[in-house]
Amino acid sequence: MITVENLTKTFPGSTGQVRALDGVNLDVAAGTVLGVVGPSGAGKSTLARCVALLERPDSGAIRVDGTDLVSLGGSALRAARRQIGVVPQGDSLLRQRTAAGNVALPLESAGVPGPQRRTRVAELLDLVGLTDKAGSYPDQLSGGQRQRVAVARALAASPSVLLADEPTSALDPETTGSVLTVLDRARAELGVTVLVVTHDMGVVRRICDDVAVLEGGRVVEHGKVLDLVSDAASRTAASLLPAVDQNPAVERSYDRVADVVLVGFAAVGALLPEATSRFGVELNLLGGGLTRLGETPVARFRVGLNGERADSALEWITEAGGAVRRTPTGPQGVAA
Amino acid sequence: MRKATPWSTVFDYLVTATGETLYMVAVSTLIATLLGIPVGVWLQLTAPGGLRPRPLLHKLLGFVVDLGRAMPFLVLLVLLTSLTRLVIGQSIGPTAAIVPLSVGAIPFVGRLVQNVLSEVHVSVVEAAVTTGATTTRIVRSVLLRESLPALINAIGVTAIALLGYSAMAGVLGGGGLGDLAVRLGYQRFDDRVLWSTVAVLAVIATLIQFAFNRAARAVDRRRHASV
Repeated sequence: MITVENLTKTFPGSTGQVRALDGVNLDVAAGTVLGVVGPSGAGKSTLARCVALLERPDSGAIRVDGTDLVSLGGSALRAARRQIGVVPQGDSLLRQRTAAGNVALPLESAGVPGPQRRTRVAELLDLVGLTDKAGSYPDQLSGGQRQRVAVARALAASPSVLLADEPTSALDPETTGSVLTVLDRARAELGVTVLVVTHDMGVVRRICDDVAVLEGGRVVEHGKVLDLVSDAASRTAASLLPAVDQNPAVERSYDRVADVVLVGFAAVGALLPEATSRFGVELNLLGGGLTRLGETPVARFRVGLNGERADSALEWITEAGGAVRRTPTGPQGVAA
Repeated sequence: MRKATPWSTVFDYLVTATGETLYMVAVSTLIATLLGIPVGVWLQLTAPGGLRPRPLLHKLLGFVVDLGRAMPFLVLLVLLTSLTRLVIGQSIGPTAAIVPLSVGAIPFVGRLVQNVLSEVHVSVVEAAVTTGATTTRIVRSVLLRESLPALINAIGVTAIALLGYSAMAGVLGGGGLGDLAVRLGYQRFDDRVLWSTVAVLAVIATLIQFAFNRAARAVDRRRHASV
């Protein structure tokens, strides 16, 4: 649906040119949510501004439905902007307009006549759960409510892509939840493709199908969240999965020690008990835990195994879909 | 010592002069507003970080505006005599005074308006940009509407400044309260006329301030959450 191709952007800095984006490629499938994460200064903001068509990249393309929007100008650019709904960073509502008036702004830009505009505004305020606040002014709304109005405004002109730039950065954990729920609902009910730029891995955990990790202006990791967490070496796994503590004294008493990542209801519920019974091994959980990515339960456990067929059990877990990594601290090959 | 002018005559003078002053201030404020707002919008649009950044044009325009503001009003009055004669047909009287008053206030309004518009937060403007709005629509629905309360206050400040300037214009044949105060009050040592003129000017200034404050508050939709 939206692809970013080889995007570069350089800014003049005090010590020469600063390369904010250095060949960024992204691909977001229709109806999915991509989270772009990374530390401060990684280029997230610049990327968001380029995708919002507020900043012109030095080179590269931003394609929505195959059409490159970067090179457009004038009325073609204004039309293109309507394809990408933007929830900007920070407070962006008109303080002299009601919530409904704010949501109506993109419809006015698009030339939608009054009666249709009112119907559409009502639909969107309903989507974000603020029907009763239609006549309230931004100063009468809480931070979370204002951000939901901003989401409704971004969705008003029926864009195919929704871009949210740090939508939760100024919010407390509770209101963050309400804003994320609204973003998720937009995808589910309107089928819109969502791109969220955020420093908060909690956003990725809650609503993202895919994740792209940005560092030094480059994408260093890009894929499905559930695939990436199975790769123990990935940054996504490191920041989303429960930590496992080292405990060498305990680990020495096992023939094999391994970290196992399990994804999905079936795997989390049954894989380890079944391995135990099938191979007649003793399998104990030494650390780690269970979490949830979107709707999917995901676990990372450190397990210790005793028994002759411990290796076979680990192989079987791998074949059954678990990601197994033997820890270097484990007494590998002792019992062979 | 001459006898003081009778109160009834002072009153007649005051009524006529007040009418002339109000006429001069009202019309020149209106003209300065109508012409000064576009100047302010233009200054803000061409500013670095504005919607249509044109640094060179912005600097040039800014220079002209600041030159206009730096010009002593008395000099402007004299300078514009021929323009006034061209536009109005004469260079004496309240109507003639409106020309230099308006011209002098345009750069003043322009700067005030630009300052006010620059207070609209950049994220608010960019949000409107991302909706695909034209620059004209953003100026109208976002920049001007969002800063309407501050704009009204700025025009109030202009009106009071013009009240002061109108007194100066009065001395050079414009009529009005300034003329009355100087010709009858000061030059003829009539303290009664002088001080009653000052009192009327103070009342007018206060009323202008009050009216514009009220209007600004009436259009302001910003409220604190507790209200």
